[in-house]
Amino acid sequence: MKNKIIVPNEKQISKRILKNKFAKGIFFAATLFGMVVLATLIIRILTQGIGYLNIDFLTNYASRRPEDAGIKAAIMGTIWVMSITIPVSLILGVSTSIYLEEYAPKNKFTRFIELNLANLAGVPSVVFGLLGLTMFVRFFQMGRSILAGGFTMALLILPVIVVASKEAIRSIPQEQYEAAYAMGATKWQIIRTVVIPAATPGILTGAILSLSRGVGETASLLMIGAMTFIAYVPDSVLDGFTVLPIQIFNWASRPQAEFQSVAAAGSIVLLLILIIMNSLAILIRNKYSKRY
Amino acid sequence: MNDVKNTHPVYTIKDFNLWYGETQALKNISLEIPEKQVTAIIGPSGCGKSTFIKTLNRMVELIPSVKMEGSIHYKNEDIFKPNAKVESLRTEVGMVFQKPNPFPKSIYDNIAYGPRIHGIKDKKTLDEVVEKSLKGAALWEEVKDRLNENAFGLSGGQQQRLCIARAMAVEPEVILMDEPTSALDPLSTAKVEELIHELKNDYSIIIVTHNMQQAARISDKTAFFLNGEVIEFDATEKMYSNPHDKRTDDYISGKFG
Repeated sequence: MKNKIIVPNEKQISKRILKNKFAKGIFFAATLFGMVVLATLIIRILTQGIGYLNIDFLTNYASRRPEDAGIKAAIMGTIWVMSITIPVSLILGVSTSIYLEEYAPKNKFTRFIELNLANLAGVPSVVFGLLGLTMFVRFFQMGRSILAGGFTMALLILPVIVVASKEAIRSIPQEQYEAAYAMGATKWQIIRTVVIPAATPGILTGAILSLSRGVGETASLLMIGAMTFIAYVPDSVLDGFTVLPIQIFNWASRPQAEFQSVAAAGSIVLLLILIIMNSLAILIRNKYSKRY
Repeated sequence: MNDVKNTHPVYTIKDFNLWYGETQALKNISLEIPEKQVTAIIGPSGCGKSTFIKTLNRMVELIPSVKMEGSIHYKNEDIFKPNAKVESLRTEVGMVFQKPNPFPKSIYDNIAYGPRIHGIKDKKTLDEVVEKSLKGAALWEEVKDRLNENAFGLSGGQQQRLCIARAMAVEPEVILMDEPTSALDPLSTAKVEELIHELKNDYSIIIVTHNMQQAARISDKTAFFLNGEVIEFDATEKMYSNPHDKRTDDYISGKFG
């Protein structure tokens, strides 16, 4: 028998097994750290805020007395801002992604645009707030209105929607295009009958996820001057407004301990909205995920 | 089956060259493809047979960096003339692909897709086209009770016949088939071959195949491609029994490929 290079060495094998256990332990600890912090945060918010969470909290306006404070104006403000943001960002985002994926020539210029889209998605929201302030509030003279807030938010989440939509379009198999082209379809007919139906679940998932980022967005709206105390429901897009996270931020920055609890109650509502939106996204993705 | 009739050519290809970037994929192709017959294109992988068939309905232009030279006439019309519309050409020249590619829609909507993009909206007309096409592709009996079910629920062989029916629904003159049975099991292959045999009464069929027995079974004429050139083009029976070129003989008898 030839000399074997590899012979089982009990000591060396035990050492390797130990190393594996060690690695597993480190990764588990890292996961546990995140989970524990998150759980602590949720428990703290729940225990602190649950006492203030009742129907009155949802239907009252902000107040100087913590027991009367409510988030009606903030919820309505969020809804108003979103009702501008959703159509603007979806129409612009989906159109951009269709142009980039379907019509634009694949050259250096489009690659440059695509690279910058990815970068834009990572730009801090304060910068978008500054842009919104200069462009919408001042230049287009929209003032510190819902309209300006909605447009700013739309710009903020636009890159994410474009990137998600592009991914959704790109995952459509080439064979689907070929089938339609071979029957004499034009590009636009293919976009309408093949691309959009197939990409819709992916686009919706991306849109909902980025909108839920928008719902929690504070900095950019503070920049354009969303108000922190509002005791009315807006009745036009040119009205001033506040949104949930700004209201929460305002309460949390007050010295009285009771307002900390009011802020916690607001956070619970915000978290619930986010959980619902994210679940919706997951639901859509699972329901419509296509196999080819 | 192999009596080659003297008919007008449906395609006349003259001195045709094609490049992908710097690589020449088709070299000096000159062929006349007969009407209402089955023309098989055979040859080893990478010989340009798929490129060739995709040129006939200008699908090859979807690949960037394609350069072409020479002429192709479809029924005396230059398919590359400046005002020629690819959409018109592809209305008359249907195509079936290697892998069945139904849309993620119902069986009915798959067949109605072509007529709809060409502007037919009338429900009754569409119903008729769907039934006629499915019957033409020998699929009607199998699917008539589940026209509203998703086409992905069909077997691979059924999906391919659905794709043939979908191509027929546009009422083309020519059907191009790019290795239509290579993803199918032998039984489904036999069904598709049988269908092709029946289709040639109404359509001119050009089929790419890597299966020489298949070419022998179903085609009237065969073109043998090698490294982007047509080595031999003749009546299938003649080519298989008495090839002119040694390379054709070698390929057909399985010495390479």
